[in-house]
Amino acid sequence: MASALINVPARAKRGEIIEVKTLISHPMETGYRRTQLGAAIPRDIIRLFVCAYNGTEVFRAELHPAIAANPFIVFSTVATESGTLAFHWTGDNGFSATESAAIAVD
Amino acid sequence: MERRASRREFLLAAGGVAAGLALAVEPARATPAAMQEAIRKVVGSTRVNPGRVKLELPPLVENGNTVPLAVSVESPMTAADHVKAIHLFTEKNPQPDVASFRFGPRAGRASVATRIRLADTQTVVAIGELSDGSFWSARASVVVTLAACLEDA
Repeated sequence: MASALINVPARAKRGEIIEVKTLISHPMETGYRRTQLGAAIPRDIIRLFVCAYNGTEVFRAELHPAIAANPFIVFSTVATESGTLAFHWTGDNGFSATESAAIAVD
Repeated sequence: MERRASRREFLLAAGGVAAGLALAVEPARATPAAMQEAIRKVVGSTRVNPGRVKLELPPLVENGNTVPLAVSVESPMTAADHVKAIHLFTEKNPQPDVASFRFGPRAGRASVATRIRLADTQTVVAIGELSDGSFWSARASVVVTLAACLEDA
């Protein structure tokens, strides 16, 4: 199971724009590298990252091999209501990881 | 005159052959033409205007394996006028696409930061897609001393 780090402010004012930082451990193997014996290393990347705020999708990123290992993505969203932000990563070889963070809005 | 023309033709032909050989030797490398094609796939026949997009990349990086990148588009981010997506492309990586980030009015701000790989000293292009159907772009050149994608595992 891949480990992910999420940074979301615990409290925010209604309507405030909050910054969300996400990091997930993943090699993001490009598929262009070779072993020392010359065998091609197959591609193994995260292709899609989605963030949903209380079930509504607010951000989505489609990734390609040019994203560095351990994808780090910073984006922002509007704090509309208290609830949870759900993060979902999907990729090659059936990779799937889910993480969530709670936010209190007043 | 006749001789000069034929010499020029010979040089042109030789240049063409050399370019062909270079391409044959390095198949896994996007070219500026491949980047243009990838951009065409996203924007279609719409004109891409320069401006409104801010692309921040270090001008000189030592390690192409992790290059910090920040991109943002000026927009009020309302339901009527917002940024739908930001697309990133490179000129000389093995494939021109880097990432596509999709936003909605709920994003509040059309800005995103990440870390990318760069295989060579090259130009990175960011294209912002707005809800009114227009496209805006910014480019940044980066000098890379240690390239990504080349080392053995």
